[in-house]
Amino acid sequence: MTANELTAQFKARFGDLISEPVEFRGELTLKVADAERIGEVCSFAKKELGFDYLVDVSSVDNYGEDPRWTVVYHIYGYGHHQHLRLKTDVSEEKSELPTVTTIWQTADWHEREAYDMMGIRFRGHPDLRRILMWEGYPYFPLRKDFPLAGKSSDMPEVAFTNTTPMAGGPFVTIAGGKDTIAREPRVRIPETDALATTNRVERRADIKDAHGEGKGPGPIEPKK
Amino acid sequence: MPEVRDIQIQEPAARVASGADELQDMQGEKMVLNMGPSHPATHGVLRIVLELDGEIITKAAPDIGYLHRGDEKIAENMTYTQFIPYTDRLDYLAPLANNVAYALAVEKLMGIDKQLPPRCQFIRVICCELARISAHLLGMGAFALDIGAITVFLHTFTEREKLYNLFEALTGARFTTSYTRIGGLSRDIPPGWIEQCRKFLEEVVVNFDETETFLTRNKIFTDRTQGVGVVSREDAISFGLSGPNLRGSGVDFDLRKAHPYLVYDQLEFDVPYGTTGDAYDRYLIRIEEMRQSVRIVKQCLDKLPGGPVNVPDMKVVLPPKERVLTKMEELIHHFINVTQGVNAPPGEIYFGAENPKGELGFYIHSKGGGTPYRMKIRSPSFCNLSIMAHLLPGHMVSDITAILGSFDFVMGECDR
Repeated sequence: MTANELTAQFKARFGDLISEPVEFRGELTLKVADAERIGEVCSFAKKELGFDYLVDVSSVDNYGEDPRWTVVYHIYGYGHHQHLRLKTDVSEEKSELPTVTTIWQTADWHEREAYDMMGIRFRGHPDLRRILMWEGYPYFPLRKDFPLAGKSSDMPEVAFTNTTPMAGGPFVTIAGGKDTIAREPRVRIPETDALATTNRVERRADIKDAHGEGKGPGPIEPKK
Repeated sequence: MPEVRDIQIQEPAARVASGADELQDMQGEKMVLNMGPSHPATHGVLRIVLELDGEIITKAAPDIGYLHRGDEKIAENMTYTQFIPYTDRLDYLAPLANNVAYALAVEKLMGIDKQLPPRCQFIRVICCELARISAHLLGMGAFALDIGAITVFLHTFTEREKLYNLFEALTGARFTTSYTRIGGLSRDIPPGWIEQCRKFLEEVVVNFDETETFLTRNKIFTDRTQGVGVVSREDAISFGLSGPNLRGSGVDFDLRKAHPYLVYDQLEFDVPYGTTGDAYDRYLIRIEEMRQSVRIVKQCLDKLPGGPVNVPDMKVVLPPKERVLTKMEELIHHFINVTQGVNAPPGEIYFGAENPKGELGFYIHSKGGGTPYRMKIRSPSFCNLSIMAHLLPGHMVSDITAILGSFDFVMGECDR
């Protein structure tokens, strides 16, 4: 069965819900008009058309456009060796669509990742938690409005609540303590360094400014 | 004369009944054990939270993300060529194979993947297969090490050292190779390299045989791996396993055969697949894959054609340096290539390559220009690990190392 025959079967079954197939570099893409029915389409793809393998689920942030999210499913069939891409749009207000974990179990982690990185929720997912970032992380880093340099955020409570056994040692970070540069015993202080030049002193001050007082190394913000 | 005593022996059925009472008392005391993220058997920074009933695992929750560097975000902020060094750090045991997979994905987007010069394609196949040998040697050595056979690890590492020498001669770096470029390679094969490679191939097959004498019929090894971590064919497909782990469960599928890229359709090789889907099958498949890789590399070295290694298009590949410094047009192309990157058309593609760990795929969503709008890396280790919560319960604690070792994952690729 060729990919074109398979897409024709999608059209025959769902009609206007499925867009005309778009071909690019030998790959076919189908767009599902209503994200709420993605489960139905995927279930049909697996049971009737033999797409038994979910290769990947990814998400695209169309920042500044409406609808904002596109969720992309790559499916494959070991019987007919055909590859197909399904896409569906989700609006920012809603940010939610049904899960496909009941159809392919591998969707579990892929959907958790999409949730973690973009903030798209999958209704009916058995365990929709963050997967790569930690629990309680406040942002969705793959969104286009999230800066590449990152944003500072609090670490979860488990870290740095008690004094560490080696607290005060040269390589131990404690909350509210001195930063690494101030703590390091072998550090050379440029003011007293015979080789110090004006440039080096300035650079040193830059580093200190960037790290701030007692916050430890953090993201370096560009100077105003 | 010793005293004679009566001994009370319960009926077997009654014994079972009283035993069940005791068991009832003991139940409800489950222990939660945290394994990792710094544990020698987790091959990096995988953390698994285990709930144990005695020595039996009742629940397992893998926790990943300790090596998350945001590669996909980084890719959106640089040109296609600039991202090549980042692919080294995905599966850092087979950087050459990642380089090739990534370059092919971008070339597919550009529509030049069929125009690559034959020499380039053959060299890329050699790279992929040497990387496969390197990754499997380490995977196998670490697997054996985890379940107590230290000799194997030292043995396979000896061969990897030779491989690294070959990589260094070929690419200039031992570990982070960054060898491919969009539309070609960073350099051609150096003189004398082919002879060194042939010598290595002769030596490495001896090493495979020796490794097999250590493990394949070793009673301790077979006891610890046979029937352990059995993945059914249905589960393997549903959980999206790929590579040797998928084939271990009896699925005869290899992207190099099913959708040949580069020159794999001109080469003869076999794809091994398992019957039971246990840890032992996955080990056997890796051994056989390395032998097939040797076979492929030998054919490539025999057939290696001459000619250029880059596509003859200065809009894609950097022009030769001496011409850049003397000719106006080449200078302009060089400048545009370096500052703006290749000019990719708008569109979206997915390209999956058969890497040592499984199917490494790149989904590139381009809006035109030298930077991807969105790049998703479909990493095999991520998908392979997702089955752990389903697979581990019911096994003993000591089986974890055997199962994790047989899955041969890399966290750099899983967390990206």
